Amino acid sequence: MGFHFSSLARIIQLLFGKKHARIGIYGAPNVGKTTLANRIAMDLAGEVVGTVSDVPHETRRAKTKKNLKIENGTSSLTIDIVDTPGIATKVDYMEFVRNYGIDEEEARRRAKEATEGVIEAIRWLDNVDGVLLVMDSTEDPFTQVNVTILGNLEARNLPVIIAANKIDMETSSPATIKSAFPQHPVVPISALTGHNMQALYSKMIEHFGKRKKRRWIK
Amino acid sequence: MKEGITVDLVSKDKLDELSSEERINYIIDEVRKGKILVLERGLTSSERVKLIQQTMEKIDHDTFIGIEIEGYPEEKRSFIHRIFGMVGKPRITVIGPAHLLKTIRRDDRVIETVIVPGRRDA
Repeated sequence: MGFHFSSLARIIQLLFGKKHARIGIYGAPNVGKTTLANRIAMDLAGEVVGTVSDVPHETRRAKTKKNLKIENGTSSLTIDIVDTPGIATKVDYMEFVRNYGIDEEEARRRAKEATEGVIEAIRWLDNVDGVLLVMDSTEDPFTQVNVTILGNLEARNLPVIIAANKIDMETSSPATIKSAFPQHPVVPISALTGHNMQALYSKMIEHFGKRKKRRWIK
Repeated sequence: MKEGITVDLVSKDKLDELSSEERINYIIDEVRKGKILVLERGLTSSERVKLIQQTMEKIDHDTFIGIEIEGYPEEKRSFIHRIFGMVGKPRITVIGPAHLLKTIRRDDRVIETVIVPGRRDA
C-alpha cells in the first residue's frame, strides 16, 4: 500500500499546526460582525461579504468567504470566514416597526428570518475550527449571549479570540472586556476604521494555527 | 382570585429528575405559559445553546417573542475536572418570557430584574 502525500500533509499538520482553518464570526446582533467580515475580506481579497446596517439582524443567513491568506512575516494562515447571523434570545418584530419604521409585513418577515438565522448560526458551531467572538466595547460585555457562546466554545475546546470592536467610539472600554473574560485573548479593534487589524491578524495566525484538539459535544 | 404573574422557584432536585432534553422542554413550556422560573441550578452552556435554538423555533411573533435569561456563570472547573473534560456546575438562573421580564442590572453578586406586564405594547 502506497503512502499518500495527503497522509503526509495530515501528519505534518497534526504535528506542526494548521495552515487552513474555517473561522466563524459570532456575536450578538449589531456588534459589528459583518463590518469585521467585510474588513477582513477587503484587506485580504478586496471584496466584501455582506451588507451592513444599523437595523439589528441585517445578516440573517450565514455568508462565507473562502481562501483568505493572512501573512505575518514568516507565518501565514489561510482562512475561510463564516459571517454568522447575530445570536439573540428574543426577536420581536415590533422593535423593527417602532424603532426603525419598517412596515409590519416586512418586519414580520424579517423577524422570522432572524429566528432562522440564529438557529443557523448555532448549527455552524459544529463546522468551524475557531471563532472570532465580536463584542461591542461600548456595552456591558457580560451578557447571556456572550457567556453562553464562550461556555459552549470552551466545552467544545474550540479556540476563540474576542474582538473588542468599536474602539473608535469615545465610550468604548476594551479593558472591561479583558477583565470580564481574562481566560481568552482579547484584541481591541475598530472594524469600521481598520484600527489594530494587524494585531488581530497576528493573533489569528498564532491562535488558530495551533494544533487542533477539538472535543465534540452533543 | 385576581390573575397575576406566576413565579416558580424550581429546586435542584426537580431539575435533576429530568434529562437534559426534558429540562429544556419543561422550561420552554412553562415560559410560554407566561411563567417566570427561578432555577436553583441553572443550565450548562450547551443546554443554554439548545434552549436558545428551541426558543427560536417556538417564536410565533404574536404571543411568544422569546426569553429573557440571566444567571451567574458556571463555577470554575478544577484542574481534575478539566483533565476529565467535566463542565462546571451551573448556578442560579432566572428565565421568563421576553415580553414580561427585563434585566435592569447585573454584577457578580446581584441580578436585578423587573416584571413589566404589557411591556410589549408600551
